[in-house]
Amino acid sequence: MALLRVEHMTHYFGGLRAVSDYNLEMEPGQILGLIGPNGAGKTTVFNLLTGIYRPSEGRILLDGEDITGLAPHRIAARGLGRTFQNLCLWRHMTVLDHVRMAHYAKISYGLLGAFFGTAERYRQEAEIERRSRELLELVGIGHLADQGVLNLPYGAQRRVEMARALAVEPKVLFLDEPTVGMTPEELSQMMNIIRQLHERLGLAIFLIEHRLKMVMELCHRIQTLVFGEVIAEGTPAEIQGNPQVIEAYLGKETVE
Amino acid sequence: MSGTDHATIANFFRRLLGGVPLLGWLLGFLAAVLIEQAVGTPLAQILSLPKMPVLFGILTISKVIAAVINAVFKDAAFDPAILVHVPAALAYLALVYLAPIAAVARISARASNRAATAMGRWNLLVPAAVHLGLMYAALHTWAGMSDYRLITLKITLIAVLLTLSLNIINGYMGEFSCSHPGFMAVGAYMSSLFTVGLFVDDKVLGKALVVFSLDFLNFPLALIFGGLCASVAALLVAIPSFKTRGDYLAIISLAFLFIIKSLFENLQGLGGSRGIAGQPDWAALPVIFAVVGLGIWSINNFVTSTYGKALNAVRDDELAAEAMTVNTRQAKMTAFLVGAFWAGVAGGLLAHVLRYINPAMFGIQKLAEVLAMVYFGGLNSVYGSIVGAVSIGLLGEALRPLEILKWIIIPLLLILVMIYRPTGLVAFRDFDLREAMGPKTEPGQRK
Repeated sequence: MALLRVEHMTHYFGGLRAVSDYNLEMEPGQILGLIGPNGAGKTTVFNLLTGIYRPSEGRILLDGEDITGLAPHRIAARGLGRTFQNLCLWRHMTVLDHVRMAHYAKISYGLLGAFFGTAERYRQEAEIERRSRELLELVGIGHLADQGVLNLPYGAQRRVEMARALAVEPKVLFLDEPTVGMTPEELSQMMNIIRQLHERLGLAIFLIEHRLKMVMELCHRIQTLVFGEVIAEGTPAEIQGNPQVIEAYLGKETVE
Repeated sequence: MSGTDHATIANFFRRLLGGVPLLGWLLGFLAAVLIEQAVGTPLAQILSLPKMPVLFGILTISKVIAAVINAVFKDAAFDPAILVHVPAALAYLALVYLAPIAAVARISARASNRAATAMGRWNLLVPAAVHLGLMYAALHTWAGMSDYRLITLKITLIAVLLTLSLNIINGYMGEFSCSHPGFMAVGAYMSSLFTVGLFVDDKVLGKALVVFSLDFLNFPLALIFGGLCASVAALLVAIPSFKTRGDYLAIISLAFLFIIKSLFENLQGLGGSRGIAGQPDWAALPVIFAVVGLGIWSINNFVTSTYGKALNAVRDDELAAEAMTVNTRQAKMTAFLVGAFWAGVAGGLLAHVLRYINPAMFGIQKLAEVLAMVYFGGLNSVYGSIVGAVSIGLLGEALRPLEILKWIIIPLLLILVMIYRPTGLVAFRDFDLREAMGPKTEPGQRK
């Protein structure tokens, strides 16, 4: 059974059809790429799958359970972690606090524990801190744990988002253009991290990316989205040779 | 004075007093108030002050300034001898407070650092009890010297609780709520209803209904009842306003404040605009100290937990918080209800300190005061709330003789703070009890 399955998802913004008849079958451990020109609706697809928008039509199934229309925090807690295209960090919080926060759904000491500082609270908070530090080590910024996020270089901020997304213990990790604006050096580091995460944690990863080189190297399968419609889906080799994809990216070849 | 002189003087004080732990300061303060109790009145006579200065001499000085202003602008009679009060009050401040506090803090620094280190190894309760005990002893002695001090201290402590409870919403959660005096009013009225209605014979509310055998529980129960009623009122604001965002909460909560106020003005059963009087005299200093201490402790516990930090996440980026499994609606609701609860408790305390309440006490003026305390002291900070409430509260009292000028000076200060520190004096700082009570390393000395 597919880990993440989307059936006939369509979404309208007012009268505009942003996504039409989108289908997806994602297996555990798969790396899937979503490419397409600017404004094709890639981020909208992410926002629909993570519950920020509610699809106008269609169903989303995670592990066979229907998650269509659930609140984003519930969907996230069921195992969808994500990063954002334009960093969405909490400006007054430290790196460590970012990762701790993503454990919100897992804490169970309740408000009584929060107000009166029960032993259970300190036990759980210590456990969360330990796990958070591990995740920070995993993405290679363990030494920055106590810094405020605003002071960090761009690449490190991206990694904070990554660690934070991992803290929800995702079954599928959604990465929305994880390398946008990165230097070539930061880019290759990020690719290594994604590869490592995939190998070590066996995560299914859903990747929106503009840099075709990266998509071709990393992904097992690729979908191409143009004007809200999937025009091609297949292995990197298939996509590379697909005339429709080439046309969407480079325009029609006209021979006079 | 040149810059280097400045640095030398600052360095001198840093070297003199830098390594003193909280314990040392509390000992110093206790020593100072004991000295004042012993020699305050004769010393004031020697310094030709009419009586012992009640608020560290600031009140005395502002009285002199007020007299000068009245003489210049209103041709009031002026006795030049009054000018002596300014250096006399300063001398009193230095002799009774500054010098003894500095001396005791310095001399005891090594011993109190050692004590703080030793206590740090035990359960947090031990150092907390010692510090709170010392603080209470000092405040009790200080307030015991004049009724004016006692009531000022009580009201300041209540203001600290109120400020902190508003800081949860306006600082930690980053919304702008204006209904806090309304919640306070609900708490004040409901707890008064509880105590006056149930346990006291009263003109408006009738004879005592209940004789309760465990009567030491009366007041805590009344406060909790008041707080819970305030939370219910908060729910009425939260349900419609949380569907919208940003400025709407400010507008809705402001409207709510007016509704509450006019509700109490028109409920003849609760005394109408004359309000309720004759609350039993249960709000003694130790009770208020304990309740405010409990409030600060539990709110601090809350805001340092992951549940509480979720408020910061909601404030800084709600979408990201939601995507990271934070139930943002629940988090906001909790913060709002908890803030209202403690505002209600503060209202209950105030009602039993003043022993009368009327709706006019909980109007826009109160709102301005508590907002000033929050934003002056610092957003997102327990320290900030304490600093804000104490400084604005004491300043308001000390500048009272200046009358209308007081309403220029305090807002001016607020504007200056907003320009140079837009989030307040001590904003965004975690209040770590263990660190606050721990030993301090002296400058230039290794740990």
